[in-house]
Amino acid sequence: MRIAIIDYGGGNIGSVKNALDYLGVDSIITDNPDEIINADKMILPGQGRFGDVMNKLNEKNLIKTILEEINNKKPYLGICIGLQILFESGEEDPEIKGLNLIKGTVPKFKIEQKVPQIGWNSITKMKYSKLLNGINNLDFFYFVHSYYCITDDKESILTKTDYGINFVSAIEKDNIYATQFHPEKSGKSGLKLLKNFCEVI
Amino acid sequence: MLTKRIIPCLDVKNGRVVKGTKFKNLVDIGDPVELAIKYYNEGADELCFLDITASIEKRKTMIEMVKKVADNIFIPFTVGGGIKTIEDIRLLLKNGADKVTFCTEAITNPDIIKEASDKFGSQCIVISVDVKRNGKGWEPYIYGGKKETGLDALEFAKKCEKLGAGEILLNSLDTDGMKQGYDLEITKQISESLNIPVIASSGAGTLEQIYEAFTKGKADAALAASIFHYNTYSIKQVKDYLKNKGVDVRL
Repeated sequence: MRIAIIDYGGGNIGSVKNALDYLGVDSIITDNPDEIINADKMILPGQGRFGDVMNKLNEKNLIKTILEEINNKKPYLGICIGLQILFESGEEDPEIKGLNLIKGTVPKFKIEQKVPQIGWNSITKMKYSKLLNGINNLDFFYFVHSYYCITDDKESILTKTDYGINFVSAIEKDNIYATQFHPEKSGKSGLKLLKNFCEVI
Repeated sequence: MLTKRIIPCLDVKNGRVVKGTKFKNLVDIGDPVELAIKYYNEGADELCFLDITASIEKRKTMIEMVKKVADNIFIPFTVGGGIKTIEDIRLLLKNGADKVTFCTEAITNPDIIKEASDKFGSQCIVISVDVKRNGKGWEPYIYGGKKETGLDALEFAKKCEKLGAGEILLNSLDTDGMKQGYDLEITKQISESLNIPVIASSGAGTLEQIYEAFTKGKADAALAASIFHYNTYSIKQVKDYLKNKGVDVRL
């Protein structure tokens, strides 16, 4: 079992690697399409602007590989921006298209609360998933984001979270898994989710 | 519901955690990585490390510590102390820090706030504001509380937000290490005037005072050192108390 952590030159990549090392999972940080193709699963971790991330993936010729591998049923875990780019487009950079695998958009929070949302918030499970094995309804995860996902594809919604509005905090559609929160920074619940992705799915 | 965060703070000097009063009289507390793991296991929401080592050689020790912490704890942690350049920030983030914080440089060279937030994202730039009451209001100080600036703390905090700061870490030179409670007035003023989170810091001695940081001070997070280092209260005790009083916390 080997996990490819997709390196698009953004931040926070090392944290996912640290968490997987701690769990004893073999992983590699890479921007090489062959390494991604040869891995059993892939993770696209977060932090970055929607447009920047899409542009960097494009420059590195990784978009085609990611789409093909998802199409080949390779499990994909997107974290934060790795969730948002699955959508058709994002309000952060409306002229730049996302991967268009999930129907919907990524608007900015327009709420009374402070933006970005920074801190620990709870998830409400919307359906059964092996990704959430051993994780309770209303368990807490660490969030840092100003944009959130809206989708008409109700079947794909895995968890929801309240912050001014009730938003989609994780999705699961076939072999595509993605979270708005950061499991690599969410203590024991987060490690459990990563372990589930690596070992159970 | 987004919960209020409890953040143990570790002042690190020459690779050891120390604690002082009003930024002076340092006492040895222990090994930073061991303490970090302890607080992580007890339910800390984040950790904050402030390097108060003066010399450049010893700063390499800090990078080593950051690496070890990142390998062993899986909650966000902030590192501050002695940050002067974009390269200093890059090095800390690269070695596993989730956020960095700086105080003096934010005042002597405010452009670094914009440059750093453009480069690394606002979410990892926490501006530390060390304030002291004067006749009219609060004034930010620099160089570890040694030098006044003539500025107004609230106006300065607003400027930090505009330049791209992701959070404000608000320290008070009047209350630091005194265990007499946070300076709630300035905490409230800054928190209500800004749209980014404010972390109350300096002076937590009792559970009630931490509760007040959230209710009267309107803080988004509370940082404390002495009460955790001296085992006055555990993180769980603090959170249980807050929960019973109706403050949302992660348990």
